[in-house]
Amino acid sequence: MSDVRDALIRAHREEWARVVATLAKRFGNLDTAEDAAAEAFATAAERWPEDGIPPAPGAWLTTTATRKAIDRIRRESTRDARHREAMLVYDTEQEPLGVIDDDRLRLIFICCHPALAMEARIALTLRMVGGLTVPEIANAFFVQDTTMGARITRAKSKITASGIPYRMPAAVDLPARVSGVLAVLFLIFNEGYLASGADTEPVREELTAEAIRLTRMLRGLLPANGEITGMLGLMLLTEARRRARVSPSGELVPLAEQDRALWDAALITEGHDLVRERLASGIAPGRYQLLAAINAVHTDGTATDWTQVVALYDQLARLDPSPIVQLNRAIAVGECDGPDLGLALVDRLADELNGYHPFHAARALLLGRLGRGTEAREAYGAASALAENSAEIAYFERRRLELRS
Amino acid sequence: MQYLVNVIDGRSESGTDEEAAAIDVFNEKLVAGGNWVFAAGLADPTASTVIDGRGDEPVFTDGPFVEAKEWAAGFWIIEAPDLDVALELMAEGSRACNRRLEIRPVLPPPE
Repeated sequence: MSDVRDALIRAHREEWARVVATLAKRFGNLDTAEDAAAEAFATAAERWPEDGIPPAPGAWLTTTATRKAIDRIRRESTRDARHREAMLVYDTEQEPLGVIDDDRLRLIFICCHPALAMEARIALTLRMVGGLTVPEIANAFFVQDTTMGARITRAKSKITASGIPYRMPAAVDLPARVSGVLAVLFLIFNEGYLASGADTEPVREELTAEAIRLTRMLRGLLPANGEITGMLGLMLLTEARRRARVSPSGELVPLAEQDRALWDAALITEGHDLVRERLASGIAPGRYQLLAAINAVHTDGTATDWTQVVALYDQLARLDPSPIVQLNRAIAVGECDGPDLGLALVDRLADELNGYHPFHAARALLLGRLGRGTEAREAYGAASALAENSAEIAYFERRRLELRS
Repeated sequence: MQYLVNVIDGRSESGTDEEAAAIDVFNEKLVAGGNWVFAAGLADPTASTVIDGRGDEPVFTDGPFVEAKEWAAGFWIIEAPDLDVALELMAEGSRACNRRLEIRPVLPPPE
Protein backbone atom coordinates (compact mmCIF):
# COMPACT_ATOMS: atom_id res chain seq x y z
CA MET A 1 0.00 0.00 0.00
CA SER A 2 2.72 2.45 0.94
CA ASP A 3 4.48 1.63 -2.35
CA VAL A 4 1.37 2.73 -4.22
CA ARG A 5 1.10 5.88 -2.13
CA ASP A 6 4.75 6.72 -2.79
CA ALA A 7 4.25 6.07 -6.50
CA LEU A 8 1.24 8.40 -6.53
CA ILE A 9 3.10 11.15 -4.69
CA ARG A 10 6.07 10.76 -7.02
CA ALA A 11 3.84 10.75 -10.10
CA HIS A 12 2.11 13.91 -8.92
CA ARG A 13 5.44 15.64 -8.39
CA GLU A 14 7.02 14.48 -11.64
CA GLU A 15 4.12 14.16 -14.04
CA TRP A 16 1.50 16.74 -13.05
CA ALA A 17 2.89 19.58 -15.17
CA ARG A 18 3.56 17.29 -18.12
CA VAL A 19 0.01 15.90 -18.07
CA VAL A 20 -1.53 19.39 -17.74
CA ALA A 21 0.76 20.83 -20.44
CA THR A 22 0.05 18.01 -22.88
CA LEU A 23 -3.70 18.35 -22.43
CA ALA A 24 -3.62 22.15 -22.50
CA LYS A 25 -1.89 22.04 -25.88
CA ARG A 26 -4.26 19.44 -27.23
CA PHE A 27 -7.55 20.90 -25.98
CA GLY A 28 -6.59 24.57 -25.84
CA ASN A 29 -8.20 25.04 -22.45
CA LEU A 30 -6.53 25.13 -19.04
CA ASP A 31 -9.69 24.18 -17.15
CA THR A 32 -10.16 21.08 -19.26
CA ALA A 33 -6.51 20.19 -18.82
CA GLU A 34 -6.48 20.69 -15.07
CA ASP A 35 -9.81 18.95 -14.39
CA ALA A 36 -8.83 15.98 -16.53
CA ALA A 37 -5.41 15.73 -14.86
CA ALA A 38 -7.06 15.79 -11.43
CA GLU A 39 -9.53 13.09 -12.54
CA ALA A 40 -6.69 10.96 -13.85
CA PHE A 41 -4.85 11.16 -10.52
CA ALA A 42 -8.08 10.31 -8.67
CA THR A 43 -8.56 7.29 -10.95
CA ALA A 44 -4.96 6.25 -10.32
CA ALA A 45 -5.59 6.40 -6.57
CA GLU A 46 -8.51 3.98 -7.05
CA ARG A 47 -6.99 1.66 -9.61
CA TRP A 48 -3.31 1.34 -8.77
CA PRO A 49 -3.87 -0.44 -5.42
CA GLU A 50 -5.99 -3.06 -7.30
CA ASP A 51 -4.21 -3.30 -10.65
CA GLY A 52 -0.67 -2.47 -9.55
CA ILE A 53 1.48 0.51 -10.51
CA PRO A 54 1.66 0.81 -14.32
CA PRO A 55 5.15 0.45 -15.86
CA ALA A 56 4.99 4.01 -17.26
CA PRO A 57 2.91 6.06 -14.79
CA GLY A 58 3.28 9.29 -16.79
CA ALA A 59 1.97 7.75 -20.00
CA TRP A 60 -0.84 6.00 -18.08
CA LEU A 61 -1.86 9.31 -16.50
CA THR A 62 -1.72 11.22 -19.80
CA THR A 63 -3.79 8.57 -21.60
CA THR A 64 -6.33 8.43 -18.78
CA ALA A 65 -6.54 12.23 -18.56
CA THR A 66 -7.00 12.53 -22.34
CA ARG A 67 -9.86 10.00 -22.20
CA LYS A 68 -11.45 11.88 -19.30
CA ALA A 69 -11.19 15.15 -21.19
CA ILE A 70 -12.74 13.70 -24.35
CA ASP A 71 -15.59 12.18 -22.32
CA ARG A 72 -16.24 15.50 -20.67
CA ILE A 73 -16.13 17.45 -23.93
CA ARG A 74 -18.56 14.94 -25.51
CA ARG A 75 -20.94 15.42 -22.60
CA GLU A 76 -20.67 19.18 -22.77
CA SER A 77 -20.61 19.53 -26.56
CA THR A 78 -24.38 19.23 -26.80
CA ARG A 79 -24.54 22.36 -24.72
CA ASP A 80 -21.61 24.10 -26.24
CA ALA A 81 -20.68 23.34 -29.80
CA ARG A 82 -17.62 25.50 -29.59
CA HIS A 83 -15.93 22.93 -27.41
CA ARG A 84 -16.52 20.28 -30.03
CA GLU A 85 -15.08 22.57 -32.63
CA ALA A 86 -12.05 23.32 -30.47
CA MET A 87 -11.50 19.65 -29.89
CA LEU A 88 -11.61 18.84 -33.58
CA VAL A 89 -9.07 21.53 -34.29
CA TYR A 90 -6.66 20.39 -31.60
CA ASP A 91 -7.28 16.73 -32.28
CA THR A 92 -6.39 16.75 -35.95
CA GLU A 93 -3.93 19.59 -36.35
CA GLN A 94 -0.29 18.67 -35.92
CA GLU A 95 1.02 21.85 -34.38
CA PRO A 96 4.53 22.92 -35.30
CA LEU A 97 6.78 22.76 -32.27
CA GLY A 98 7.72 26.43 -32.43
CA VAL A 99 10.87 27.78 -30.88
CA ILE A 100 10.78 25.49 -27.84
CA ASP A 101 9.57 21.94 -27.96
CA ASP A 102 8.91 21.56 -24.26
CA ASP A 103 5.24 21.48 -23.32
CA ARG A 104 5.90 22.67 -19.81
CA LEU A 105 7.87 25.70 -20.89
CA ARG A 106 5.12 26.51 -23.40
CA LEU A 107 2.65 26.26 -20.54
CA ILE A 108 4.78 28.68 -18.50
CA PHE A 109 4.74 31.24 -21.31
CA ILE A 110 0.95 30.92 -21.52
CA CYS A 111 0.64 31.34 -17.75
CA CYS A 112 3.07 34.31 -17.85
CA HIS A 113 1.25 36.18 -20.63
CA PRO A 114 1.66 39.97 -20.29
CA ALA A 115 -2.11 40.43 -20.62
CA LEU A 116 -2.47 38.82 -17.17
CA ALA A 117 -1.76 40.70 -13.94
CA MET A 118 1.64 39.72 -12.50
CA GLU A 119 0.15 38.10 -9.39
CA ALA A 120 -2.22 36.08 -11.58
CA ARG A 121 0.71 34.93 -13.74
CA ILE A 122 2.64 33.71 -10.74
CA ALA A 123 -0.36 32.01 -9.14
CA LEU A 124 -1.36 30.33 -12.37
CA THR A 125 2.14 29.05 -13.05
CA LEU A 126 2.48 27.64 -9.55
CA ARG A 127 -0.85 25.88 -9.95
CA MET A 128 -0.63 24.67 -13.54
CA VAL A 129 3.11 24.07 -13.91
CA GLY A 130 4.32 23.68 -10.34
CA GLY A 131 1.31 21.55 -9.38
CA LEU A 132 0.95 23.38 -6.06
CA THR A 133 -2.45 23.28 -4.42
CA VAL A 134 -4.47 26.44 -4.09
CA PRO A 135 -3.90 26.54 -0.27
CA GLU A 136 -0.13 26.22 -0.80
CA ILE A 137 -0.13 29.12 -3.27
CA ALA A 138 -2.42 31.16 -1.01
CA ASN A 139 0.06 30.54 1.79
CA ALA A 140 2.99 31.65 -0.37
CA PHE A 141 1.18 34.91 -1.09
CA PHE A 142 -0.31 35.47 2.39
CA VAL A 143 -3.89 35.58 1.11
CA GLN A 144 -7.05 33.56 1.80
CA ASP A 145 -7.57 30.29 -0.08
CA THR A 146 -10.81 31.62 -1.55
CA THR A 147 -9.08 34.78 -2.80
CA MET A 148 -6.35 32.75 -4.46
CA GLY A 149 -8.88 30.31 -5.94
CA ALA A 150 -10.82 33.21 -7.43
CA ARG A 151 -7.62 34.79 -8.79
CA ILE A 152 -6.64 31.57 -10.57
CA THR A 153 -10.15 31.07 -11.93
CA ARG A 154 -10.23 34.64 -13.27
CA ALA A 155 -6.84 34.21 -14.93
CA LYS A 156 -7.96 31.01 -16.64
CA SER A 157 -11.19 32.64 -17.83
CA LYS A 158 -9.27 35.58 -19.22
CA ILE A 159 -7.00 33.26 -21.19
CA THR A 160 -10.02 31.64 -22.81
CA ALA A 161 -12.17 34.75 -23.24
CA SER A 162 -9.47 37.05 -24.58
CA GLY A 163 -7.99 34.49 -26.96
CA ILE A 164 -4.51 34.05 -25.48
CA PRO A 165 -3.06 31.43 -27.83
CA TYR A 166 -1.89 27.98 -26.77
CA ARG A 167 1.43 28.21 -28.50
CA MET A 168 4.89 29.56 -27.83
CA PRO A 169 5.33 33.27 -28.43
CA ALA A 170 7.31 34.07 -31.58
CA ALA A 171 11.09 34.26 -31.12
CA VAL A 172 10.99 38.08 -31.37
CA ASP A 173 8.51 38.29 -28.49
CA LEU A 174 10.51 36.05 -26.16
CA PRO A 175 12.92 38.57 -24.58
CA ALA A 176 10.07 40.84 -23.47
CA ARG A 177 8.25 37.92 -21.87
CA VAL A 178 11.30 36.64 -20.04
CA SER A 179 11.23 39.02 -17.06
CA GLY A 180 7.78 37.80 -16.05
CA VAL A 181 8.83 34.19 -16.52
CA LEU A 182 11.94 34.74 -14.38
CA ALA A 183 9.89 36.32 -11.60
CA VAL A 184 7.66 33.26 -11.64
CA LEU A 185 10.54 30.77 -11.67
CA PHE A 186 12.24 32.61 -8.79
CA LEU A 187 9.05 32.40 -6.77
CA ILE A 188 8.76 28.69 -7.39
CA PHE A 189 12.39 28.26 -6.37
CA ASN A 190 11.91 30.30 -3.20
CA GLU A 191 8.77 28.43 -2.24
CA GLY A 192 10.84 25.26 -2.55
CA TYR A 193 13.86 26.65 -0.74
CA LEU A 194 11.92 28.19 2.12
CA ALA A 195 8.67 26.26 2.13
CA SER A 196 5.93 28.13 3.93
CA GLY A 197 3.55 25.47 5.22
CA ALA A 198 3.58 24.32 8.84
CA ASP A 199 3.02 20.72 7.73
CA THR A 200 5.33 20.74 4.68
CA GLU A 201 9.00 19.87 4.68
CA PRO A 202 11.15 22.97 5.37
CA VAL A 203 12.83 22.51 1.98
CA ARG A 204 10.85 21.21 -0.99
CA GLU A 205 13.49 19.82 -3.27
CA GLU A 206 11.01 18.99 -6.03
CA LEU A 207 10.20 22.69 -6.44
CA THR A 208 13.79 23.93 -6.42
CA ALA A 209 14.72 21.19 -8.87
CA GLU A 210 11.84 22.07 -11.17
CA ALA A 211 12.67 25.78 -11.08
CA ILE A 212 16.32 24.99 -11.93
CA ARG A 213 15.32 22.60 -14.72
CA LEU A 214 13.06 25.18 -16.33
CA THR A 215 15.64 27.97 -15.93
CA ARG A 216 18.27 25.78 -17.60
CA MET A 217 15.93 25.23 -20.49
CA LEU A 218 15.23 28.94 -20.78
CA ARG A 219 18.96 29.66 -20.82
CA GLY A 220 19.40 27.09 -23.59
CA LEU A 221 16.86 29.07 -25.59
CA LEU A 222 18.17 32.58 -24.89
CA PRO A 223 21.84 32.11 -23.96
CA ALA A 224 22.66 35.79 -24.49
CA ASN A 225 20.14 36.96 -21.89
CA GLY A 226 22.25 37.93 -18.88
CA GLU A 227 19.40 37.86 -16.39
CA ILE A 228 18.51 34.25 -17.25
CA THR A 229 22.16 33.29 -16.76
CA GLY A 230 22.19 35.29 -13.51
CA MET A 231 19.04 33.56 -12.32
CA LEU A 232 20.48 30.13 -13.03
CA GLY A 233 23.70 31.04 -11.20
CA LEU A 234 21.71 32.39 -8.26
CA MET A 235 19.60 29.24 -8.03
CA LEU A 236 22.56 26.87 -8.34
CA LEU A 237 24.64 28.68 -5.72
CA THR A 238 21.67 28.71 -3.34
CA GLU A 239 20.74 25.10 -4.07
CA ALA A 240 24.39 24.05 -3.54
CA ARG A 241 24.04 24.88 0.17
CA ARG A 242 20.75 23.05 0.65
CA ARG A 243 22.09 19.99 2.49
CA ALA A 244 23.96 22.15 5.00
CA ARG A 245 21.07 24.50 5.58
CA VAL A 246 18.83 22.40 7.81
CA SER A 247 20.23 20.36 10.72
CA PRO A 248 19.24 16.70 11.25
CA SER A 249 16.85 17.92 13.95
CA GLY A 250 15.11 20.17 11.41
CA GLU A 251 16.60 23.48 12.46
CA LEU A 252 17.91 26.20 10.15
CA VAL A 253 21.71 26.50 10.13
CA PRO A 254 22.88 30.04 9.32
CA LEU A 255 25.45 30.53 6.58
CA ALA A 256 28.42 31.13 8.90
CA GLU A 257 27.73 27.94 10.88
CA GLN A 258 27.15 25.67 7.88
CA ASP A 259 29.39 22.66 7.31
CA ARG A 260 30.96 23.60 3.99
CA ALA A 261 31.85 19.97 3.35
CA LEU A 262 28.14 19.38 2.82
CA TRP A 263 27.92 21.95 0.05
CA ASP A 264 27.58 20.62 -3.48
CA ALA A 265 30.95 21.42 -5.07
CA ALA A 266 29.79 20.73 -8.62
CA LEU A 267 26.88 23.17 -8.35
CA ILE A 268 29.16 25.80 -6.82
CA THR A 269 31.67 25.44 -9.66
CA GLU A 270 28.91 25.72 -12.22
CA GLY A 271 27.39 28.73 -10.45
CA HIS A 272 30.77 30.50 -10.24
CA ASP A 273 31.34 29.84 -13.95
CA LEU A 274 28.02 31.48 -14.79
CA VAL A 275 28.80 34.54 -12.64
CA ARG A 276 32.26 34.84 -14.27
CA GLU A 277 30.69 34.52 -17.71
CA ARG A 278 28.47 37.52 -16.96
CA LEU A 279 31.37 39.54 -15.52
CA ALA A 280 33.40 38.83 -18.65
CA SER A 281 30.54 40.13 -20.83
CA GLY A 282 31.27 43.67 -19.58
CA ILE A 283 27.52 44.42 -19.68
CA ALA A 284 26.07 46.09 -16.58
CA PRO A 285 24.47 43.38 -14.45
CA GLY A 286 20.75 43.29 -13.63
CA ARG A 287 19.10 42.31 -10.38
CA TYR A 288 19.46 38.55 -10.67
CA GLN A 289 23.07 38.79 -11.83
CA LEU A 290 23.91 40.89 -8.77
CA LEU A 291 22.16 38.42 -6.47
CA ALA A 292 24.11 35.61 -8.13
CA ALA A 293 27.34 37.55 -7.62
CA ILE A 294 26.52 38.01 -3.91
CA ASN A 295 25.99 34.28 -3.60
CA ALA A 296 29.25 33.67 -5.44
CA VAL A 297 31.03 35.71 -2.74
CA HIS A 298 29.29 33.68 -0.01
CA THR A 299 30.49 30.43 -1.57
CA ASP A 300 34.04 31.53 -2.41
CA GLY A 301 36.93 30.46 -0.17
CA THR A 302 36.42 29.56 3.47
CA ALA A 303 34.48 32.62 4.66
CA THR A 304 32.36 35.41 3.18
CA ASP A 305 34.17 38.60 2.14
CA TRP A 306 31.57 41.02 3.50
CA THR A 307 33.20 44.11 1.96
CA GLN A 308 32.44 42.70 -1.47
CA VAL A 309 28.91 41.81 -0.42
CA VAL A 310 28.26 45.38 0.76
CA ALA A 311 29.61 46.75 -2.55
CA LEU A 312 27.29 44.45 -4.50
CA TYR A 313 24.28 45.42 -2.35
CA ASP A 314 25.16 49.08 -3.03
CA GLN A 315 24.83 48.33 -6.76
CA LEU A 316 21.62 46.39 -6.21
CA ALA A 317 20.11 49.19 -4.11
CA ARG A 318 20.68 51.58 -7.02
CA LEU A 319 18.62 49.29 -9.30
CA ASP A 320 16.05 48.35 -6.66
CA PRO A 321 15.91 50.59 -3.57
CA SER A 322 13.19 48.43 -1.95
CA PRO A 323 13.20 48.03 1.86
CA ILE A 324 14.05 44.33 1.52
CA VAL A 325 17.21 45.13 -0.44
CA GLN A 326 18.02 47.82 2.17
CA LEU A 327 17.59 45.24 4.92
CA ASN A 328 19.99 42.79 3.28
CA ARG A 329 22.48 45.56 2.73
CA ALA A 330 22.18 46.57 6.41
CA ILE A 331 22.90 42.99 7.50
CA ALA A 332 26.03 42.98 5.34
CA VAL A 333 27.07 46.35 6.79
CA GLY A 334 26.58 44.84 10.27
CA GLU A 335 29.01 42.04 9.39
CA CYS A 336 31.48 44.44 7.83
CA ASP A 337 31.46 47.55 10.00
CA GLY A 338 30.02 46.32 13.31
CA PRO A 339 26.60 45.43 14.72
CA ASP A 340 25.84 48.97 15.96
CA LEU A 341 26.07 50.41 12.43
CA GLY A 342 24.06 47.50 11.03
CA LEU A 343 21.36 47.90 13.67
CA ALA A 344 21.03 51.64 13.01
CA LEU A 345 20.34 50.89 9.33
CA VAL A 346 17.95 48.02 10.14
CA ASP A 347 15.96 50.11 12.63
CA ARG A 348 15.28 52.74 9.97
CA LEU A 349 13.20 50.15 8.11
CA ALA A 350 10.87 49.41 11.04
CA ASP A 351 7.78 51.11 9.58
CA GLU A 352 7.97 49.30 6.28
CA LEU A 353 9.14 45.87 7.43
CA ASN A 354 7.41 45.39 10.76
CA GLY A 355 5.42 42.45 9.38
CA TYR A 356 8.39 40.79 7.66
CA HIS A 357 10.08 38.16 9.81
CA PRO A 358 13.65 38.55 8.42
CA PHE A 359 13.56 42.14 9.70
CA HIS A 360 13.01 40.90 13.28
CA ALA A 361 15.54 38.09 12.81
CA ALA A 362 18.19 40.60 11.66
CA ARG A 363 17.44 42.87 14.62
CA ALA A 364 17.60 39.91 17.01
CA LEU A 365 21.01 38.85 15.73
CA LEU A 366 22.47 42.36 15.92
CA LEU A 367 20.93 43.09 19.36
CA GLY A 368 22.36 39.77 20.63
CA ARG A 369 25.82 40.74 19.44
CA LEU A 370 25.50 44.08 21.18
CA GLY A 371 24.65 42.28 24.44
CA ARG A 372 21.08 43.65 24.55
CA GLY A 373 19.63 40.27 25.55
CA THR A 374 16.09 41.25 26.53
CA GLU A 375 15.47 43.13 23.29
CA ALA A 376 17.11 40.34 21.28
CA ARG A 377 14.77 37.78 22.90
CA GLU A 378 11.75 39.89 22.03
CA ALA A 379 12.94 40.24 18.43
CA TYR A 380 13.44 36.46 18.09
CA GLY A 381 9.94 36.01 19.46
CA ALA A 382 8.55 38.42 16.85
CA ALA A 383 10.50 36.67 14.06
CA SER A 384 9.30 33.27 15.16
CA ALA A 385 5.66 34.41 15.37
CA LEU A 386 5.76 35.77 11.83
CA ALA A 387 7.84 32.98 10.21
CA GLU A 388 6.19 30.20 8.24
CA ASN A 389 9.09 27.86 7.69
CA SER A 390 9.47 25.15 10.35
CA ALA A 391 13.30 25.15 10.25
CA GLU A 392 13.43 28.91 10.69
CA ILE A 393 10.98 28.81 13.59
CA ALA A 394 13.01 26.07 15.32
CA TYR A 395 16.17 28.15 14.93
CA PHE A 396 14.59 31.38 16.26
CA GLU A 397 13.13 29.51 19.24
CA ARG A 398 16.47 27.95 20.19
CA ARG A 399 18.27 31.30 19.96
CA ARG A 400 15.58 32.91 22.07
CA LEU A 401 15.92 30.21 24.76
CA GLU A 402 19.73 30.45 24.73
CA LEU A 403 19.50 34.16 25.44
CA ARG A 404 17.26 33.43 28.39
CA SER A 405 19.75 31.16 30.13
CA MET B 1 -11.94 36.16 -33.44
CA GLN B 2 -12.99 39.79 -33.38
CA TYR B 3 -11.71 42.44 -30.99
CA LEU B 4 -13.10 45.84 -30.13
CA VAL B 5 -10.30 48.33 -29.63
CA ASN B 6 -11.25 51.48 -27.76
CA VAL B 7 -9.09 54.55 -28.16
CA ILE B 8 -8.59 56.01 -24.68
CA ASP B 9 -8.56 59.79 -24.52
CA GLY B 10 -8.93 62.48 -21.91
CA ARG B 11 -9.19 65.59 -24.05
CA SER B 12 -12.02 66.48 -26.45
CA GLU B 13 -11.48 66.32 -30.21
CA SER B 14 -7.75 66.24 -29.61
CA GLY B 15 -6.62 64.42 -32.79
CA THR B 16 -4.05 66.20 -34.93
CA ASP B 17 -3.61 66.08 -38.70
CA GLU B 18 -0.39 64.11 -38.27
CA GLU B 19 -2.21 61.55 -36.14
CA ALA B 20 -5.03 61.28 -38.68
CA ALA B 21 -2.50 60.65 -41.45
CA ALA B 22 -0.72 57.98 -39.40
CA ILE B 23 -4.06 56.31 -38.64
CA ASP B 24 -4.87 56.22 -42.37
CA VAL B 25 -1.59 54.46 -43.10
CA PHE B 26 -2.22 51.99 -40.27
CA ASN B 27 -5.79 51.33 -41.46
CA GLU B 28 -4.52 50.53 -44.96
CA LYS B 29 -2.24 47.97 -43.39
CA LEU B 30 -5.16 46.42 -41.50
CA VAL B 31 -7.17 46.19 -44.73
CA ALA B 32 -4.23 44.68 -46.64
CA GLY B 33 -3.68 42.09 -43.91
CA GLY B 34 -7.34 41.05 -43.77
CA ASN B 35 -7.65 42.35 -40.18
CA TRP B 36 -9.93 45.29 -40.92
CA VAL B 37 -13.58 45.07 -39.91
CA PHE B 38 -14.60 48.61 -39.04
CA ALA B 39 -13.27 51.74 -37.39
CA ALA B 40 -14.55 55.19 -36.55
CA GLY B 41 -13.90 58.19 -34.41
CA LEU B 42 -16.52 59.19 -31.87
CA ALA B 43 -17.95 62.61 -31.11
CA ASP B 44 -17.08 64.18 -27.80
CA PRO B 45 -18.80 62.48 -24.81
CA THR B 46 -20.70 65.70 -24.10
CA ALA B 47 -22.70 64.77 -27.20
CA SER B 48 -23.83 61.46 -25.74
CA THR B 49 -27.34 60.76 -24.46
CA VAL B 50 -28.45 57.90 -22.25
CA ILE B 51 -31.66 56.07 -23.13
CA ASP B 52 -33.51 53.94 -20.58
CA GLY B 53 -36.31 52.14 -22.34
CA ARG B 54 -36.87 49.56 -19.65
CA GLY B 55 -39.87 51.32 -18.08
CA ASP B 56 -43.25 52.23 -19.51
CA GLU B 57 -41.95 55.38 -21.14
CA PRO B 58 -38.40 55.76 -22.43
CA VAL B 59 -36.31 58.21 -20.41
CA PHE B 60 -33.60 60.25 -22.11
CA THR B 61 -30.84 61.86 -20.09
CA ASP B 62 -27.57 63.63 -20.68
CA GLY B 63 -24.33 61.74 -20.08
CA PRO B 64 -23.02 59.58 -18.66
CA PHE B 65 -19.37 60.09 -19.53
CA VAL B 66 -19.07 63.85 -19.14
CA GLU B 67 -17.55 63.59 -15.70
CA ALA B 68 -15.21 60.74 -16.57
CA LYS B 69 -11.47 61.42 -16.72
CA GLU B 70 -11.08 59.09 -19.70
CA TRP B 71 -13.41 57.89 -22.41
CA ALA B 72 -13.49 56.17 -25.78
CA ALA B 73 -12.65 58.70 -28.46
CA GLY B 74 -12.91 56.18 -31.26
CA PHE B 75 -12.70 52.50 -31.93
CA TRP B 76 -11.60 49.75 -34.22
CA ILE B 77 -13.13 46.37 -34.72
CA ILE B 78 -10.46 44.03 -35.97
CA GLU B 79 -10.26 40.40 -36.93
CA ALA B 80 -7.29 38.45 -35.53
CA PRO B 81 -6.67 34.75 -34.94
CA ASP B 82 -5.66 35.30 -31.30
CA LEU B 83 -4.73 37.91 -28.70
CA ASP B 84 -1.01 37.85 -29.51
CA VAL B 85 -1.66 38.82 -33.13
CA ALA B 86 -4.17 41.46 -32.02
CA LEU B 87 -1.71 42.92 -29.49
CA GLU B 88 1.07 43.08 -32.04
CA LEU B 89 -1.17 44.86 -34.57
CA MET B 90 -2.65 47.29 -32.09
CA ALA B 91 0.72 48.17 -30.53
CA GLU B 92 1.32 49.72 -33.94
CA GLY B 93 -2.19 51.22 -33.87
CA SER B 94 -1.42 52.87 -30.54
CA ARG B 95 1.72 54.40 -32.02
CA ALA B 96 -0.22 55.58 -35.08
CA CYS B 97 -3.02 57.34 -33.17
CA ASN B 98 -0.72 58.36 -30.32
CA ARG B 99 -3.19 57.16 -27.69
CA ARG B 100 -3.52 54.24 -25.28
CA LEU B 101 -5.87 51.52 -26.44
CA GLU B 102 -8.11 49.04 -24.65
CA ILE B 103 -8.59 45.74 -26.42
CA ARG B 104 -11.60 43.51 -25.71
CA PRO B 105 -12.82 40.37 -27.39
CA VAL B 106 -16.17 40.59 -29.15
CA LEU B 107 -18.32 37.66 -28.04
CA PRO B 108 -19.15 35.25 -30.85
CA PRO B 109 -22.77 35.32 -32.05
CA PRO B 110 -25.06 32.79 -30.33
CA GLU B 111 -25.36 29.50 -32.19
